[in-house]
Amino acid sequence: MPENLAKFCPGCGYPIALTVMHRVLKERDVVNDAVLGLDIGCALLAWNFLPINTFQTHHGRVTPVMMGAKNARPESVAIGYTGDGGAYAIGWQYLCHAVRRDDPIMIVVINNTLYGMTGGQTAPTSLQGQVTSTDLTGVTEKEFFGPEFLRPLASPDAFIARTAVNNPAQMMDFYNKALDAQKAGHFSLIEILSFCPTNWGTVGAGTLTHLNDIAKVFKTGEIKK
Amino acid sequence: MRRSDDKQFITGAEVVVRAAKDAGAEIMYGYPITPATEVFTGWIRAKEKYLQTEDEIAAGFAVCGAIIAGQKAFTATAGPGHVLMQDALSMSEGMRLPFVAIVAQRGGPSSGTVIYSQQEVTLACLGGNGEGLRFVYSPSSLEELYILTRQAFNDAWQYRFPSILLTDGYLLKTRGVVDWKKIPVIKNIAAKSVVASGANAHLQNIYTLEEELYQKIGDFTNDFKNASAEIMASEEVETQDADILVVAHGIVGASAVKAVKNLRAQKIKAGLFRPITLQPFDNHNFDRLAQKARCILVVESSLGQLARIARFEMAPEIATPMKYLQSPAQGIEPEQIEQAVKDLI
Repeated sequence: MPENLAKFCPGCGYPIALTVMHRVLKERDVVNDAVLGLDIGCALLAWNFLPINTFQTHHGRVTPVMMGAKNARPESVAIGYTGDGGAYAIGWQYLCHAVRRDDPIMIVVINNTLYGMTGGQTAPTSLQGQVTSTDLTGVTEKEFFGPEFLRPLASPDAFIARTAVNNPAQMMDFYNKALDAQKAGHFSLIEILSFCPTNWGTVGAGTLTHLNDIAKVFKTGEIKK
Repeated sequence: MRRSDDKQFITGAEVVVRAAKDAGAEIMYGYPITPATEVFTGWIRAKEKYLQTEDEIAAGFAVCGAIIAGQKAFTATAGPGHVLMQDALSMSEGMRLPFVAIVAQRGGPSSGTVIYSQQEVTLACLGGNGEGLRFVYSPSSLEELYILTRQAFNDAWQYRFPSILLTDGYLLKTRGVVDWKKIPVIKNIAAKSVVASGANAHLQNIYTLEEELYQKIGDFTNDFKNASAEIMASEEVETQDADILVVAHGIVGASAVKAVKNLRAQKIKAGLFRPITLQPFDNHNFDRLAQKARCILVVESSLGQLARIARFEMAPEIATPMKYLQSPAQGIEPEQIEQAVKDLI
């Protein structure tokens, strides 16, 4: 169970991703070993959500912080939570090198195709044609496929996958595989397609429809070696 | 503690490596940049734990992560790398992480020159989007480089503020004799985990309410003031009856010691105030000397970064005129200081 009420917007996908992760950590009996680092962006709102050691970092910097923490305490379960901008724009360099080094940390990227906290600006994951507060006539660049890009850089034993907040069974499976990879000393990354009704301007079923539309572009499943 | 009793012919970078080892540093994260690189390569050659990261930002934030996990970690950087390092230093200030950085000043702005300047004083003391709650030490000799590196680790872990050992490429590349017998025994402050396993700690660096952050800054500032009273340090040379008070730090301070002694030999009443900690600045002793002097001469290898501190820290009722000898990104010889003092008489 969460420790405190969620501070996220109504309908946000973050609480689903976080509570599913917490359930997996509990099932594996590693809650006390877990250290959750948060990037800046909507992830920061999780600072006291779960009953596990949690700290905020800086925008784009959660990956090197978790690398340093894991190196210092190898027996811990190091988890970094970040948005798509934190992971694939300002923090991309760190992610690439963490993958190259095969740092044994789990990075969770919440992909809602925009910058949520700052009000819906274009992210690397924004869909071509998507209207955002920084691309008023639609995004012209192609979508950025972070997990697919990282896969060739990664160790064969690293786990890299994409799932969605409306598929908790797959999410649980992927969390388990990612934590198995960390236990075996390898990097893992799970991108989770997530709701952002506040910035999508959707309500009710429309939010789910929008998520399913996004999933047509960003295919879920394990990214194959 | 590993200490040889012998005299050694040793570089400044080697002194820093030895000091970091003796301080109990467990890991160094670094990115090569002149003139700080030899601290990193020396640490690696000493077979200590390290990681060469993809840039200074990654090095800085890896240090933050290590510290949160309770490990004595540090980094070394310079110039443009020091600019990038402010990101992690700001987080350390905001979360009270005992971050230790060895900063070797080089000429600026931009990539500037690669060996020497005193132009990173403002950045070291006030960099980041905060109030500059960090300790900054400026050594003027190899012995002091060792002692202050040890102190940077100890003060950081005792008071939980970032500590910057601010030196330059001249001192790090200087090879000189260090008599280890003359170095006092320094006891280490132990590392302590910020987030103990299973502690269920929740650490913030961003707040919802302005009042929350205001309260934090107030608490941090009080802690910083209390710590400052303990650690602020300065050296005085021939100040007892000084008409002209020279103010200089780092290796310009060493140059000024020689200048003051030469001037005294010529019956000129010059004295030196050398801040050893630039932040906190020893304003109590500075004021005592400043109000007695006829004129203050601030000497530095920058266009006024030390002078700005001295002017700000000097009690407003002190009316002693302040003059300047400034040579940005260039060394300053004792003869230049002597002449500048004579010009004031």
